[in-house]
Amino acid sequence: METDWIWGLIGGGLIGLGGAVYLLGNGRIMGASGIIGGLIDSTERKLLSENIAFLAGVVLLPLLLHQLFSIQISTHMTSNVTIIIAAGLLVGIGTRIANGCTSGHGVCGISRLSLRGIVATVFYILAGGLTLVLFRHIWGVI
Amino acid sequence: MRLFLSFLAGGLFGAGLFLSGMTDTSKVQGWLDVFGDWDPTLAFVLGGAIIPMFFAWRLTPGRAPLVGGHFPTPSSPELDHRLVIGSVMFGMGWGLVGLCPGPVIASITYNGWGGVLFLAAMLAGMLAAPKFGVQLDRLATKA
Repeated sequence: METDWIWGLIGGGLIGLGGAVYLLGNGRIMGASGIIGGLIDSTERKLLSENIAFLAGVVLLPLLLHQLFSIQISTHMTSNVTIIIAAGLLVGIGTRIANGCTSGHGVCGISRLSLRGIVATVFYILAGGLTLVLFRHIWGVI
Repeated sequence: MRLFLSFLAGGLFGAGLFLSGMTDTSKVQGWLDVFGDWDPTLAFVLGGAIIPMFFAWRLTPGRAPLVGGHFPTPSSPELDHRLVIGSVMFGMGWGLVGLCPGPVIASITYNGWGGVLFLAAMLAGMLAAPKFGVQLDRLATKA
């Protein structure tokens, strides 16, 4: 749609504001994979309640917007079980090995001009693009 | 205070992911799919998010976080096999379904059983990651 980029910019601005609140307020880098990972392993025991509060906000606000303004979102989620499990495993292992995902390396890393953030972002975008070429255009499975 | 600020940051993050369309997997895959019907939205989201963060980082030198303590020190600029291989694996999973960790959580209430299954697989992968990392380090030292 023609207005998609405006909503992208507005939504992106809110994401950046969230990161700024987390950084300037709590002194922490807003990385989704780190916060989620911190819930299930022992790396962030002391920050457990903080991580849960953050994730509660991430779940509740979309739910509220969804219910209050009845904005319909079609997620176009695939129903291919094999693809879902493989992709979930890859995202889980990959983000923990690389120590970050789109929010940590992408948003917080690039804005800090961090070399690690920039390199990680280049590699996951290239890998994602190549995956689309192989699995959509060559093999036609997604 | 810490908890309130965490909740506020998470709320802004979730609302941003929702309004920007990033919980729609077709928009993410559409951006990665440069040879298909390319969708530029994600570039605006990333750009829009980097701008406030850029100014936030500029405010950190010589100051302390609101709740006290210290700002995170810059990570060592070391580029290692973990960063590259991990990012490539993440990128493959991201491309296959069009979900990354933030949007998985943001969309969990309206993404059906597929979202729940993806989250379960992702958590399993996160639990397996330390062991996988050790194997990776072993291979890297041999090579």
